[in-house]
Amino acid sequence: MMSGAYGYFPGCSLKGTGVAYEESLLALFRALHLGLAELEDWNCCGATSYMSIDERDAFSLSARNLTMTQKAGHRDLIAPCSACYLALRKTQDYLERYPKIAGGNGSLTSIRAVRVRHPLEVLYTDVGVERIRKTVARHWHGGRVACYYGCQTVRPYSEVDRDHDPVRMDELLGAAEIPTVDYSLKTKCCGGSLTGTTHDVGVRLVYILLKEAARKGAEAIVTVCPLCQYNLDAYQSEIRRSSGERLDMPVLYFTQVLGWALGAEIESLGLARAISGRKRIAQWFQPAEKEAYV
Amino acid sequence: MQRELRFQREADPEWARQVSERPGCEGLYSCLQCGACSGTCPLSIYMDFTPRRIVALVREGFRQDALRSRTIWLCASCYSCAVHCPRQIHITDLMYSLKREAMQTHLYPARLPIPVLAQEFHKMVGRRGRSSEFWLVLRMALRTNPLVLLGMARAGWDLIRTGRLSLRRERIRDIRSLYPATPRETA
Amino acid sequence: MSERETVRIGVYVCHCGTNIAATVDVKSLAEYAGLLPNVVLSRDYKYMCSDPGQDLIRQDIRDRQLNRIVVASCSPHLHEHTFRTALKVGGLNPFYFHMVNIREQASWVHENRAQATRKAKNLVSAAVQRVAFHQPLERGRVAIQPDVLIVGGGIAGIHAALTLANAGKHVFLVEREATIGGHMARFDKTFPTLDCAACILTPKMSAVRAHPNITLWTYSEVTKVDGYVGNYKVTVLRQPRYVDEDLCSGCLECIEACVYKQAKVPDDFNLGLSKRRPIYIPFPQAVPQVPVVDPETCIQFKSGKCKTTCIAACGDRHAINLRMEPKEERIEVGTVILATGFQTFDAHRVPYYGYGKYPNVYTALEVERLVNASGPTAGEVVLRDGRRPEAVGIVHCVGSRDENTHRWCSRVCCMYSLKLAHLIKEHTGAEIFNFYIDMRTPGKGFEEFYQKLLTERVHFIRGRVAEVTDWALDPTEEGKLVIRVEDTLAGFVRRIPVDMVVLATGLEPRTDAPEVRRLFNISCASEGFFLERHPKLAPVNTFTDGIFLAGCCQGPKDIPDTVAQAGAAAAEALALIDAGYLETEPNTAHVEEEKCCGCKTCISMCPYHAVAFVDEIHKSRVNEVLCKGCGTCVAACPSGAIRQNLFEDDEIFAEIEGVFSNA
Repeated sequence: MMSGAYGYFPGCSLKGTGVAYEESLLALFRALHLGLAELEDWNCCGATSYMSIDERDAFSLSARNLTMTQKAGHRDLIAPCSACYLALRKTQDYLERYPKIAGGNGSLTSIRAVRVRHPLEVLYTDVGVERIRKTVARHWHGGRVACYYGCQTVRPYSEVDRDHDPVRMDELLGAAEIPTVDYSLKTKCCGGSLTGTTHDVGVRLVYILLKEAARKGAEAIVTVCPLCQYNLDAYQSEIRRSSGERLDMPVLYFTQVLGWALGAEIESLGLARAISGRKRIAQWFQPAEKEAYV
Repeated sequence: MQRELRFQREADPEWARQVSERPGCEGLYSCLQCGACSGTCPLSIYMDFTPRRIVALVREGFRQDALRSRTIWLCASCYSCAVHCPRQIHITDLMYSLKREAMQTHLYPARLPIPVLAQEFHKMVGRRGRSSEFWLVLRMALRTNPLVLLGMARAGWDLIRTGRLSLRRERIRDIRSLYPATPRETA
Repeated sequence: MSERETVRIGVYVCHCGTNIAATVDVKSLAEYAGLLPNVVLSRDYKYMCSDPGQDLIRQDIRDRQLNRIVVASCSPHLHEHTFRTALKVGGLNPFYFHMVNIREQASWVHENRAQATRKAKNLVSAAVQRVAFHQPLERGRVAIQPDVLIVGGGIAGIHAALTLANAGKHVFLVEREATIGGHMARFDKTFPTLDCAACILTPKMSAVRAHPNITLWTYSEVTKVDGYVGNYKVTVLRQPRYVDEDLCSGCLECIEACVYKQAKVPDDFNLGLSKRRPIYIPFPQAVPQVPVVDPETCIQFKSGKCKTTCIAACGDRHAINLRMEPKEERIEVGTVILATGFQTFDAHRVPYYGYGKYPNVYTALEVERLVNASGPTAGEVVLRDGRRPEAVGIVHCVGSRDENTHRWCSRVCCMYSLKLAHLIKEHTGAEIFNFYIDMRTPGKGFEEFYQKLLTERVHFIRGRVAEVTDWALDPTEEGKLVIRVEDTLAGFVRRIPVDMVVLATGLEPRTDAPEVRRLFNISCASEGFFLERHPKLAPVNTFTDGIFLAGCCQGPKDIPDTVAQAGAAAAEALALIDAGYLETEPNTAHVEEEKCCGCKTCISMCPYHAVAFVDEIHKSRVNEVLCKGCGTCVAACPSGAIRQNLFEDDEIFAEIEGVFSNA
């Protein structure tokens, strides 16, 4: 197992629009007595944009982060944001497979000694479904949720979970007594940054995801990526206006729901940062004394 | 009168060969043109050429068509195509390599926000080591179409009131170590 | 001990047209060879393998009293036999010959003429030095036992058995299932003629049963193979059916009488789409027409407390014997035909298509059972909830042409997808969509069949299906399975909701093919199908003499090709049997018994189990018929007691010296 803390790479998003992810991640890890050490002076991972400009620059960004992780003595580096996770993971793989990317620069090498990991996989592998089951402190009395994995955690690498019909989040939530629905679009792309650049296209993809979740009986969506969370969360009023459909669905991080179930302090879960579904959130995430569910 | 006829002088097979040698683009010539990529791509219905057609164009050396397309910019890097491809072609990597080439040769559609966003991102992180979402979107909008900011006002306000919009300009301490210290030519 | 005779070598350098001469300087090579020790004459010639070329050798042996021949040309795989025969006709022992490959090993791997020629010179020098040490050798003969073993009772095994039996040979046909018929027994109609599969198969099955020259053992497996070509000693394990084949009259009343009024056990023949009783017959025309009792589900076996109404129904015949034991049969055969067939690709391995998740996704073989009048739904094409489909999607290339599963094309799926499209449309009137990448319809009548389907207004959409999903975008898609595909020909992406999806699963080698291979000591290629000796010219032979292949165990193919191949395998077996003997290659190992210390190292090393220990003299001995001349024991023997013909120490050392002579 592990001794000492996990290296933690927040990425730009978790300090900005995805701050609730960081808050709930830290709270969850505290509840599970797991250590997280934020990487000193970490730099942006470059996401998908850098790869569109300069390949070597893109890999250099992640190489710097990985080198610093190694110097700090961390065996694992947890990257909650899917884009950061993939950028780091792909850098390790591609610098090894295609040495010519380094262009003869000896300092740009693959750093295999650090394991790039995602908190979903850490929870599944290092903590495990059984321990979650035994650590439940609050019994869920909210509705059914749709587990939404997004793309870059399950493609092209399937270490976090398998690409088609992944189930790890469903299993973890199930162990915490949170019922999930059979969500066929669980790995369909949310459009990423397209909501900001090609708005109509991006919002349409978001609409499809929200609508199908509702059609399958979900009353909330649970995600693992801050960009997915933002996309699904921030445009529901616009979608209501243009489609006429009554949509007000909470979009939560899996760390928020698990954190609640395992007894973390409710105020530390970042639940107030939600834009959509606030009423439902207020009902579902009451403190232990008020619960009616047995 | 509309006419579409392609002459061989317009095709550049040497360019196609060169593309196939880029990292990740090795499978270019194995393509069956089966269309599984387009079938699974969530963005293919918005593209001017589906991913399968891009591969067909690149393979035959129709460089201008490929680099000027909207397709490559609409690719969201979801990797569904790569995972479904029966020839295991890394189509996403091909898209990235075409994006880079379109950038360098200024062949991307003018005023398309996506390449502009990428450029601003690259500049910002290159200078500061981190990105600030607010300033990034602002710069992109100012360069392409400032009116979109109005459309984003609601989302922006929602982010501000939930404490998710940071106006801080992040930066790292050791900016000089961002890129490895050797002279590089543009890739 | 070799006699000290004067060695007189003739060297022949072949141009092979321009194959060799374009890169190797054949004239200077021949000149060089002429100056080597013991070389009496050296020639170059355009095509040594031709009749005049061989005549040259024969003439020279006579005129110049040559007693060793070296030919520098192509690969021994091609013409070693040709030249050895030329020596024989010229009156010389064929093994006074050595062949040098200066085509594949020099000409075809060099661009630089000087380098190619220098290598060729080294190789020829090596051969010349070596051949001086060659000894006369004789080919052995092995008698071929006339009986034949055929493993697998599908259409391939059946056809081969009938062919051989009609030729008067005795055949043992061993089949693992309780009935012969194989996959073909499950088909409804066959392409392209739409012949009923059972109607054309069952007469052959009955003929097998009735033929006096065929011993049919069903519910049996080969467990051990000893011996060697021409003399295989095979052990066959006959599993107990608990019904005596000789006493049973095939009335099937025992099945009717079974205490299980409702069938409960998933029926394997119908791929689990229907149920059977613990006592059952696989299908109505099964051969032999004898029921089987399944001990896993029969109450009498599990608890001993059944009323055994089956036994009562059998009455005076007393054919049911629940105490039957497995029986081992030992047979001796000279040749074996492997016709063990294929298995279908497991559609669970492509999760995107929803097999196993969505109930209305079927495999092609399951649909064959649905359309079949004697199938689980009496020929009605209905979904699992009883509804008739109004729209059906047939997905081609499932588990074929795919780096993620199998690379190969399974050859029959386009045709059977056309056939199923026709049959489903005929039975239901539904709108049918075939989703393909390429239409492969090469056989006789196949393209015409495709034309027919086009005129029946079946939709043909060229696009590989990426996903089958229940994600509905509008009310017309609710409750349906949606296929999202790029219609590459029309030029846009489409969403097509259907009620039923049929997956055209490919063919793959059986899971136990490696065990069968090891039993019979044959090879397979990288995909796992049994390997033929030559893909063009020897499709039914294996690298093991006396063992032949027929049908899909060698590679995916349809029924016409399977039957043709089965006939070919039977012919090859007949050729061997009627010749009566097989000639063995003399490049075998033998133990010099005075030197053998009985350490037995060689025995465990031999991959062909060709070395045995003779207890009486406490020494090892090589069976020259089993020995393949691999040389492992020769190298391993710590006493240096094992020698190999054509690879003696002096021959090898001479060759090594020769190679370095020009360096």
